[in-house]
Amino acid sequence: MFSDYSLAELSSIFMMQGFAGLILFSVFVLMALGLAIIFGQMGVINMAHGEFMILGAYVTYFTSQFFLNYLPSLFGIYFFIAMILAFLASGALGMATEWLMIRHLYKRPLDTLLATWGLSLILQQVYRSVFGPREVGVELPSWMMGSLPVTDVVEVQINGLFVMGLTIAITVAVALLMYKSSWGKQVRAVVQNRVMAGAVGINTEKVDRYTFGLGCGIAGVAGSAFTMIGSTGPTSGQLYIVDTFLVVVFGGAQSLLGTIASAFTISQAQSTLEFFLSGSMAKVLTLIGVVVILMLRPQGLFVIKVRR
Amino acid sequence: MSSHNDGSDNFSSTRRRLLKGLAALPAAPLLSSTALFSSQAFAQAPATSAVNTTGLAVTDTEVTVGILHSVTGTMAISETGSVQAEKLAIEQINAMGGVLGRKIKFIQEDGASDWPTFAEKAKKLLVNDKVAAVMGCWTSASRKAVLPVFEQYNGMLYYPTFYEGLEQSKNVIYTGQEATQQILAGLDWVNKTKGAKSFYLIGSDYIWPRTSMKIARKHIEAHLGGKVAGEEYFPLGHTQFNSVINKIKLTKPDVIYCAVVGGSNVAFYKQLKAAGIDLNKQTLLTISVTEDEIDGIGGDNIAGAYSCMKYFQSLDNPNNKDFVAAFKKMWGEKTVIGDVTQAAYLGPWLWKMTVEKAGSFDVDKIAEASPGIEFTKAPEGYVKIHPNHHLWSKTRVGQAQLDGQFKVVFETPDLIEPDPFPKGYQ
Repeated sequence: MFSDYSLAELSSIFMMQGFAGLILFSVFVLMALGLAIIFGQMGVINMAHGEFMILGAYVTYFTSQFFLNYLPSLFGIYFFIAMILAFLASGALGMATEWLMIRHLYKRPLDTLLATWGLSLILQQVYRSVFGPREVGVELPSWMMGSLPVTDVVEVQINGLFVMGLTIAITVAVALLMYKSSWGKQVRAVVQNRVMAGAVGINTEKVDRYTFGLGCGIAGVAGSAFTMIGSTGPTSGQLYIVDTFLVVVFGGAQSLLGTIASAFTISQAQSTLEFFLSGSMAKVLTLIGVVVILMLRPQGLFVIKVRR
Repeated sequence: MSSHNDGSDNFSSTRRRLLKGLAALPAAPLLSSTALFSSQAFAQAPATSAVNTTGLAVTDTEVTVGILHSVTGTMAISETGSVQAEKLAIEQINAMGGVLGRKIKFIQEDGASDWPTFAEKAKKLLVNDKVAAVMGCWTSASRKAVLPVFEQYNGMLYYPTFYEGLEQSKNVIYTGQEATQQILAGLDWVNKTKGAKSFYLIGSDYIWPRTSMKIARKHIEAHLGGKVAGEEYFPLGHTQFNSVINKIKLTKPDVIYCAVVGGSNVAFYKQLKAAGIDLNKQTLLTISVTEDEIDGIGGDNIAGAYSCMKYFQSLDNPNNKDFVAAFKKMWGEKTVIGDVTQAAYLGPWLWKMTVEKAGSFDVDKIAEASPGIEFTKAPEGYVKIHPNHHLWSKTRVGQAQLDGQFKVVFETPDLIEPDPFPKGYQ
């Protein structure tokens, strides 16, 4: 398939293809980070993760409408405000969910699967009734559209760069919070041994609630960012949930590094295969690869040793 | 179409007056005027025993039909417009005096985007409610699920979506286009006006895009002397198109020919734009984007692309102006009307005219009387039912504009004959 092209053309295509892989990598990390915290750290199988993302997307949509109608001069920067609001909204909903539902189910992890799946159906129908069944289009400020020409063939998508930057920032923030702050220590202590953590004076209920809220808040930011590349509708969250679990489980549930490594592996495999094969076949081969590796290594790529 | 609107045409002038009334009056007085009409019409209404010999839900004053679409689940995005159009048509027909002097009452069931549910609800409508006809279904999967039910219990289904063809039933009237009607004229147009020779085919991975692309490929290779530069399918709900966009950049096709559906659509056009592909320079022809989809995609992400459909909201004819005004009056200024919504609107009207021609609500008589039914007031212009239960219709190409509407750039001069089992394309 390459015989008709000059070397220069080929090298620039491969550069763009590499960049496409990196964008996919950032998207995967961003979707999976919130779940890595909730599923990885707390052991809660949150099937409603996609719906928390879509809440962020809707918040972004309404923020954009507000700025268009009332503050058109500041439209260029609305996206940053929208992301903060998305974080707060999804985080608040997450904390409420934890308080109403999840905290009663910590001892029954499989039941959380059913409960959160039910929650996802409820949220979808709520979005449909409140925001309408049709998809909404989120308008972006003009500086976020289009691409930067590097050479005359190679072009770098600005929204791709934006997602990458955002992913790096959030990953660094989460890593610092989890591994450098005293709060992170408390979270890890609760995960390792809830009873002992309580005995040494950690308010485990509060830690749980904020951890769940943080995970959902990050999902909201991810949803906000994905308005640039995907659709916003009541059921759009379903588009992400499978890939999200794939990344987290493949990476090894409790390891942040594992999540990143697995996002990298899956995204590169997917985007390279998509280039050489058709889209559906690429997906099939990626999934087969993941299944085979998980059969050989059921604990995922990276594992943190935990004394049970 | 203006020749159909002169004063001597009773049908159209009554409806036009009524539409004006509909636009001017709040709901309550409208209802009373409806009652007036039906009581007038009732005087000439034929006896129920004569028009209903098979025990359908028909009384001396009312006839019941079913509406069967998904208002919950993933397909609610698409099917909402169809429900709205069908309710509008029923309301307008009732305002004109109903069908054979009987007002139409509807029972609405929710298919919930789940195909077995569609079958179950179809059975409920036909067996328990004994509806005279059903307006419903959207996806091919839901139609395939209810088809045996309609054939077993002898119901009548008016199906609005453009679809892949390869089907024909006594119990179904297909008011959307089958694949060859939609595809061939569009390909001919892009070949002639843009000199297009190489095509890159992209679709979602299920029966409709695959069948459509098969037809497109045969037409491109056998009749246009062109070549297919690539053919790709993506799982439903796929959101990452950067790799295929790079392939498109590499192969530089004259036309990107596209049948991507649902949420994937939004991702595809956003990423095309972000990758610097200017749709005003790169020709893109789609068979899956209507005004409804542009709502989600955003006009500025798709402006310049061409879409091949039988109906666009911007069609400039008096029928369509009335229809758009009535639709917005009923469902709000901001709603948009896509191809399928218009096709759904045809359903109740075609059924009404068929019942009046047959002089009966019996399904067998309606199936028999359907061929040859003409609807001169269709928003798309003029349609006629073919003996194969599909519609003769024109095909149009529209160019997407920034405001989310299409500018019609081409229209086939003649009605295209529906051909659900095309020879040489299978």
